[in-house]
Amino acid sequence: MKKLALNGAGLLVALFAAFPVYWMIATSLKPNREIFSATPRPVPAEPTLEHYREILTGNLIPGVTFLDFFLNSVLVAVATVLLSGLVALLAATAVARFRFKLRTSFLILLLVVQMIPLEALVIPLFLMIQRLGLYNTLPSLILTYLGFSLPFAVWMLRGFVAAVPKELEEAAAIDGASRAQTFRKVLFPLVAPGLVATSIFSFITAWNELIFALTFVNDQQKYTLPVAMTFFFGRDDTAWGSVMAASTLFTLPVIVFFLLVQRRMVSGLVAGAVKG
Amino acid sequence: MTTLTKATGEAAARENPARRRRRKVDRLPYLLLLPCLAIIAVLLLWPLGQVVMMSFYKLDSVRQLRGDREWPWVGLANYAQILGDPFFRTVLRNTVLFAVANVALTMVLGTLVGLLLNRLGKKMATFVASCVMLAWATPALTGTIVWKWIFDDTSGLVTWLFNKLPDGLSSTLFGRSDWTGYGWFNDPLMFFAILTLVVVWHSFPFIAVSVLAGLKSVPGELQEAARVDGAGPWRVFWSVTFPILRPVFGILVVLSTIWDFKVFTQQFVLAGGTQDRSTFMLSIYSYAEAFSPPPKYGLGSAIAVILTVILLVVTALYVRMVLRQEDES
Repeated sequence: MKKLALNGAGLLVALFAAFPVYWMIATSLKPNREIFSATPRPVPAEPTLEHYREILTGNLIPGVTFLDFFLNSVLVAVATVLLSGLVALLAATAVARFRFKLRTSFLILLLVVQMIPLEALVIPLFLMIQRLGLYNTLPSLILTYLGFSLPFAVWMLRGFVAAVPKELEEAAAIDGASRAQTFRKVLFPLVAPGLVATSIFSFITAWNELIFALTFVNDQQKYTLPVAMTFFFGRDDTAWGSVMAASTLFTLPVIVFFLLVQRRMVSGLVAGAVKG
Repeated sequence: MTTLTKATGEAAARENPARRRRRKVDRLPYLLLLPCLAIIAVLLLWPLGQVVMMSFYKLDSVRQLRGDREWPWVGLANYAQILGDPFFRTVLRNTVLFAVANVALTMVLGTLVGLLLNRLGKKMATFVASCVMLAWATPALTGTIVWKWIFDDTSGLVTWLFNKLPDGLSSTLFGRSDWTGYGWFNDPLMFFAILTLVVVWHSFPFIAVSVLAGLKSVPGELQEAARVDGAGPWRVFWSVTFPILRPVFGILVVLSTIWDFKVFTQQFVLAGGTQDRSTFMLSIYSYAEAFSPPPKYGLGSAIAVILTVILLVVTALYVRMVLRQEDES
């Protein structure tokens, strides 16, 4: 009886959590007459890929397709990942491998800057982008997202670096390897899985960002996908089938990536609190 | 191990000026930190200082930002204008009430789900946890778009559901029986209710997973012993589980507060932009003042500074808690 109640509660929670995702995918597969019918069907009666074909082949605005926006987003996210991965690896090695005077101060700095409300930095960053002549360019976003993803990336990566046994590097040093060689040939391959996890985090940050993309890029051809979606699909006569197809294409990579790294994200966010 | 130490010693002895090598090593960590520090300074700290500075100027054109025109200093005038504006008090009240309600709901729901996951059988727990992960992984943007579709005024699921209610019941309870065309987002209170639903849906999974991770590290025998001694589930939670998880809860409350204070994407998408002033909260208010024509960057900066100050106070608490735990572990 008690078990039944627990399982029932579990099912309710599962339904609440997963339903919107299910409904997004289900709607994207329904033909328009099912989407706009008076009685919504729980499962598409005649599943169709027409909305996917619509958004993948049609122009959202003259000359610009969904795929263009998708590629803008990919470009921005990948550049962010590469840059922040490199810089974060260096910094993480410093804090995980060395005891130096300003180490604790740096760790505190990392925590504090993670908590700066980025929404509050739109105006001064807009000023900076204007002065650098980067307004209306994708590098303006890459630069911004690099700053945003870096602190947490270092925080996450330092655990991975610390987990590599120090003795391995010492052994390499004895064998006559230089610092740079040890770094490249011993530390780097062992930290690679951590670097992947961190990269995924940076990717998701850049992929999902809306406000800065909305503010720094005015040229429709250079919109990232989130901006394109609010802009073209946010109107009153919304074509919900296409919106849901676009949303699905936008969401699925994130979900897949996210599931790969969520464990690390939890421990990174709650820091020492949940060490098991 | 001893051979290794010995070998290192020998290597150092063979390495000619060993002292110079050590001094070089000392500088290396700073070198490694340099790019990271530079980026943080330029992209986070400099703008932070800049937003404070801009809040003391009258800035209302892009030309001023480009440096083509002067910046007239106005001192505290922007703050005086904001703080004297009854609308700001409404926005502040909205923000605080929203954050308090959302943190409370997220924490309660998240904790309950965490406890539930801990009690479920293995298969069921995996299934529920996977579903919960889906809500967490969904980007704020698309999650909100889907909820907007669920509340669509003609073909939305909720509209359909309310239309299904017996007419008599619906009329007595809500004063209407036909919900087609009902603007779910038009009434501010209803808007905030839906926004709360969306935000809680997005954020309870993180709480649930963190609480579950905390519970797994608590020795089960303690709770078992309490139960054997006749304590009910309520008592077991407050007297055994909660005290052990207190540090986790502390951090979770602070993080949730920070996140819920600066909700932007969900608000922006649900409201369809920055037109609906009756539902403004601090971050969207600051954004709208600065970027909706005519631009008022100085005024927007002042609002951003107020938001930042509130969050920095909360952050100070967070940093203290994390550092204390770093020391302990």
